[in-house]
Amino acid sequence: MRNPKLLEVRGLRAAYGATQVLHGIDFELEAGRITALLGANGAGKTTTLRALCQTVRTSGSVLFDGEQLVGKATENVVRLGVAHVPDGRGTFTALSVEENLRLGAHVRRDKAAVARDIDKAYARFPRLGERRRQQAGTLSGGEQQMLAISRALMLAPKLLLLDEPSFGLAPRIVTEIFHIMRSINREDQVSMLLVEQNASLALDLADHAYLLETGRVALSGPSERIQHDESVRKAYLGY
Amino acid sequence: MDAFLHQIFSGLANGCIYGSVALALVMIYQATHHINFAQGEMATFSTFIAWALIQSGWPYWGAFLATVAISFAGGLLVQRIILRPVERAPVLTNVIVFIGLLVIFNSLAGWIFEHTIKAFPSPFPQESLLRTRFFSAHEVGSIVVMLCVLFALYAFFRYTPIGLAMRAAAQNPDSARLVGIRVSWMLAVGWGLAAAIGAVAGMMVAPIVYLDPNMMAGILLYGFAAALLGGIDNPWGAVLGGFIVGVLENLLGAYVIGTELKLTVALVLIVGILTLKPSGLFGKHVVTRV
Repeated sequence: MRNPKLLEVRGLRAAYGATQVLHGIDFELEAGRITALLGANGAGKTTTLRALCQTVRTSGSVLFDGEQLVGKATENVVRLGVAHVPDGRGTFTALSVEENLRLGAHVRRDKAAVARDIDKAYARFPRLGERRRQQAGTLSGGEQQMLAISRALMLAPKLLLLDEPSFGLAPRIVTEIFHIMRSINREDQVSMLLVEQNASLALDLADHAYLLETGRVALSGPSERIQHDESVRKAYLGY
Repeated sequence: MDAFLHQIFSGLANGCIYGSVALALVMIYQATHHINFAQGEMATFSTFIAWALIQSGWPYWGAFLATVAISFAGGLLVQRIILRPVERAPVLTNVIVFIGLLVIFNSLAGWIFEHTIKAFPSPFPQESLLRTRFFSAHEVGSIVVMLCVLFALYAFFRYTPIGLAMRAAAQNPDSARLVGIRVSWMLAVGWGLAAAIGAVAGMMVAPIVYLDPNMMAGILLYGFAAALLGGIDNPWGAVLGGFIVGVLENLLGAYVIGTELKLTVALVLIVGILTLKPSGLFGKHVVTRV
C-alpha cells in the first residue's frame, strides 16, 4: 500500500544569480517515509532543499500537503510545517542551547506542549540537557548537529529537511544521530528528506532514494534496489 | 572640591542622556549594522509632539506615555515604509536614506513647530525630595527614568518570546527565517524601540537645553561617541559609555579645554576609538567553535 503524497515537486528550477543550478527536477515524497537525495558535489542537493524552503530563486511547482510553496516567503513555508536543518547547521551561536530550542518553537502557541518537547529533546540527547545554559557556539560539532535537529523538531514539523547531518562528524556520533533519526521517523511519524554525500549511510536509513546529477534526476527507486544494483552503485555512488 | 564633585555628578546626569541615545543607536545597529544618523532628529520630533500635547493641556506623564507610544509606532512605520525597500541595498544607500530622514524630520519640526526656542517642562519640581547636594531634582529624575528604560529593555529581550526572536533575527537572519521568524518585522520593532528610547532621551534633555529643531544635533554626537566607546553592539556598554563620555566632557570642559570646545571631546573620542580600538571597551566577543 502506498502512503499519501506529502510533497510533489514538478519541474523545479533554481538559480543563484545567473547560474542555473536545478534544471527542472521532479520527485515526490510519501508521508511518513524517509527519502534520500543523493549525488556528487555540485549535483544540486543542497539547492533542492533551499528551493523547497524558498531561500533561493525558484520556479516550477512544489506542492506540500496540497499547498503551492513556490512564491511563498520562507517563514510562511516554515509555518506550514517544513523544518530545515541547513548546511552549516544554522546554530544561533551567541544564544544558549535552551534559547535555540525555544526559537525552534517560535511559531507554536501551546506553551505546555513546547515545554514537553524541550524535555523530549533533552531525553533524546542528554548532552544537550547538560548544556542547556551554555552558549551554543561553544558546543562540539556533534552536539551542534544534535541541537540543529532538535531545534528543527521543535516546530513539530510534518516534513524535516536534513542537509548532510553526517558532515564533519566522527563515525560514532554519526551512528548515534542516524539511529535517533530513525526513531524520530518511526515514533513521531515525521517525514524526512535527507541529503547525503555518504550514500551507503543514507540508503541504510531511507525508504526511497533519488539520484541527482548536475541539476537533474538521474535515477530513482526504493533504497534496497539502488543499494543492490551493482551498475548503479558503480556509476553513481562510487563504492 | 565641591565644584569638582558637582562637575562629575552633572556629567553623570548628562551621561544618562547620551547613554539613552547610544542605546537607541545600538538597537538599530545590532539588527542592521547601520548607524541611524536620523536618530537625534527623530527624538527631537518626538519631543515636539510631547510639547504640543502638554501645550494642549495634557498632564505631563500622560503626554510622556503618549509620546513614547506614538514614537514607537512612528519608528515602526518609518522602517516599514522607508527602510524596507532598501533592506538589501548597499550600506551607502542606507546612509543616504538616513541623511534624508534627518533633513526631513528637522525641516518638518521647524515647519510645524517653528524655529523659536521653547521651554520644555521638567516633571521633577526643583523643590522635591529628589534634590540632593550634588544633583538637581531633574538630574536624579532623568537618571531614574533612564534606568527604568534600561531594565524594561533588558527584561523585554531576556524574557519575552518576541525579544528572543529579535535577538535571533539580529544574529542570524537566515536561520531566523528557517524557524519562522518574520525578520523584516523584527527590524521594524527594533526601529520602534529605538524611536521610543530616543523620545525618552529627548524629553529628558529638553528641559536642560531647551527645545528647538536642532536640539539633538550635538547630543547625537555624544551618543555616537558613547556607543562606540562602549562597543557598538553592546547595550550595557552603550549606557556605560554614555556615563563615561558625560563625565569626561564635563571635566575636560571645566578644567582643560573650556566649554566652547566641549563638543570636540566627542569628535576626538569618535576618531580615537575608531582608529585605536574599533570594538570599543566592551564590544561583544562571541566564542565560536567550528
